[in-house]
Amino acid sequence: MDASLFTSMLFATVVAGTPLIIVALGLLVSERAGVLNLGAEGMMAMGAVAAFAATHTTGNPWLGVLAGMGAGLAVALIFGVLTLTLQANQVASGLAVAIFGVGLSAFIGKPFESVALPAVPAIRIPFIADIPLIGEALYNQQALVYFSWALFWAVLWFLARSRAGLVLRAVGESPASAHAIGYPVIAIRYLAVLFGGAMAGIGGAFLSVFYTPMWVEGMVAGRGWIALALVVFATWRPLRVMIGAYLFGGVMITQLFIQGSGLQIDFPSQFLSSLPYWATIVVLVVISRNPNTIRLNSPASLGKPYRPDA
Amino acid sequence: MLRLEARPAPSRLMQWCSPLLAAALTLLAGMAIFWALDKDPLEGLRYFLLNPVKDLYGVSELLLKATPLMLCAIGLAVGFRANVWNIGAEGQFMLGTAGASGVALYFAESDSALILPAMLFAGAAAGALWAAIPALLKTRFNANEILVSLMLVYVAQLFISWLVFGPWRDPMGFGFPQTAMFHDAALLPTLLDGTRLHLGFVFALAALAAGYVFMNRSYTGFKMRVAGEAAEAARYAGFSARRVVWIGLLTGGAAAGVAGMAEVAGPMGQLTDKVALGYGFAAIIVAFVGRLHAFGSLLASLLMALLFIGGEQAQQYMNLPSSISMVFQGLLLFFLLGSDVFIHYRLRLGRART
Repeated sequence: MDASLFTSMLFATVVAGTPLIIVALGLLVSERAGVLNLGAEGMMAMGAVAAFAATHTTGNPWLGVLAGMGAGLAVALIFGVLTLTLQANQVASGLAVAIFGVGLSAFIGKPFESVALPAVPAIRIPFIADIPLIGEALYNQQALVYFSWALFWAVLWFLARSRAGLVLRAVGESPASAHAIGYPVIAIRYLAVLFGGAMAGIGGAFLSVFYTPMWVEGMVAGRGWIALALVVFATWRPLRVMIGAYLFGGVMITQLFIQGSGLQIDFPSQFLSSLPYWATIVVLVVISRNPNTIRLNSPASLGKPYRPDA
Repeated sequence: MLRLEARPAPSRLMQWCSPLLAAALTLLAGMAIFWALDKDPLEGLRYFLLNPVKDLYGVSELLLKATPLMLCAIGLAVGFRANVWNIGAEGQFMLGTAGASGVALYFAESDSALILPAMLFAGAAAGALWAAIPALLKTRFNANEILVSLMLVYVAQLFISWLVFGPWRDPMGFGFPQTAMFHDAALLPTLLDGTRLHLGFVFALAALAAGYVFMNRSYTGFKMRVAGEAAEAARYAGFSARRVVWIGLLTGGAAAGVAGMAEVAGPMGQLTDKVALGYGFAAIIVAFVGRLHAFGSLLASLLMALLFIGGEQAQQYMNLPSSISMVFQGLLLFFLLGSDVFIHYRLRLGRART
């Protein structure tokens, strides 16, 4: 492999992994608080379409990111009201969010289907971007790529080192004990769900404004679900989310590069395109094979409703 | 101040009123959406509720749309009752279309009466096979069936796309991604002259009846319900958890596969890359709104079919994207889940006793 190919593949892998990192870290925080939100796909779709619409209207991609975040927040709020206030089943509510978000985004996005946005220029970090091989790939990137790294450190610090993170984890492990000590379980879970929604919205915004600056119905293409699988794969740990996201980015990019290289003689492109989905399945199997891995690592109250006065 | 108070026992009345409440709220929300879009809400209602059923042809189209929903939903309900979350019916449906189309294309020269039964079998088997993957991975490796079955939807879509762009593309089709039209022996007979309503509707009714008997009248169905409502009790009673997963997923897959077969052998008459219009996902909503019950699924499929057709009408006459029907379907499920709070809680005025 020659050096420039390596650099461009690394660059593309980082870009492909970025939305997964942002979304999966948001989901990780809400799952650590005990809330399973299967609606990531819908929240990302809403984030993507809102960000695209706002960027297209105002010409400012940062307003787009804000709009995407707002859309993710709004959908997450619906999920929160259903599952936290009204005690609805989290699995069913998450599916509802996924279906509704994908549907509503298709509806809102219809007028924007044939327009493109100007590409947002990358931000080059002086000096370190000159490192051979990796400098151009890692340090001449979109701002949201740097954001995903900052988010990683923030979530890591928050969960492992901060008092608030400790409380959040306590809520996820044993809401009844956290409530008995006097912590507002429902409010903390709301915040965690909203954080997850905001990150999913930003992840969607990255797709429609930075990654492929256009809106196509169904453009999230399962990334929300893959992010959910990543959290399981990562056994609810931020560092492994990061590694997993780049592995997935690598799989997506490798199949794209093979498709684009003209190397394939007799291998249909559709089979190559399905590789990331198969990879998700394989990863789930590998990590779930030992039941103890999941049982010991998943937040103990994950997916179970809790009502303080019940 | 309003507050929620736990009921001593779940309300059976609310169990069935909640879907009605949800439908009514969806109606109100729908009118609000039309109003917000500067469309006349009453005109919107007309296209969504009245126009689709204003004559016999309209009703037949409604039943036609409801057919795949009924089939997919009853299969999903069997699994959902047992907490087996197969959400990949969309993919199993696509595999069903592929299985049935394979038979139709391979025997394109034959006009044997066995072609349709063979297509039915192939569709069901292909759907079940696709659902067997999450079942196997769940029972053998404990892999989450929600994520696996969902990933397989994307794989199925790519697989169909490969079939119709590649080996099965109609050589006379001007390069469109579709197979040749099926010959008459591979098409389901229509039930009413002048309509598109076909024998698949009878399959769907039969599936609902079979689903009712299985879930409410059979011992295996009872075991599945116990597994869903009280997993510990099921384990204590010695019911096999693995068998529950297998039955739940295979039933859902086979039913979705039959729905796929009925779609290609019915209104489509060929396989295209746009064969699945979201019936598999909509069926999740149908199953919930229908209370995971056969009769409820029948009513809920009719309601959801109405929303599908209303969306097409809104596109045609009101200049709105047809995806508005997905918005309404999602709202319906939201309102249902919200209304369900009244099954276990009731509203009380005043402060909680301490």
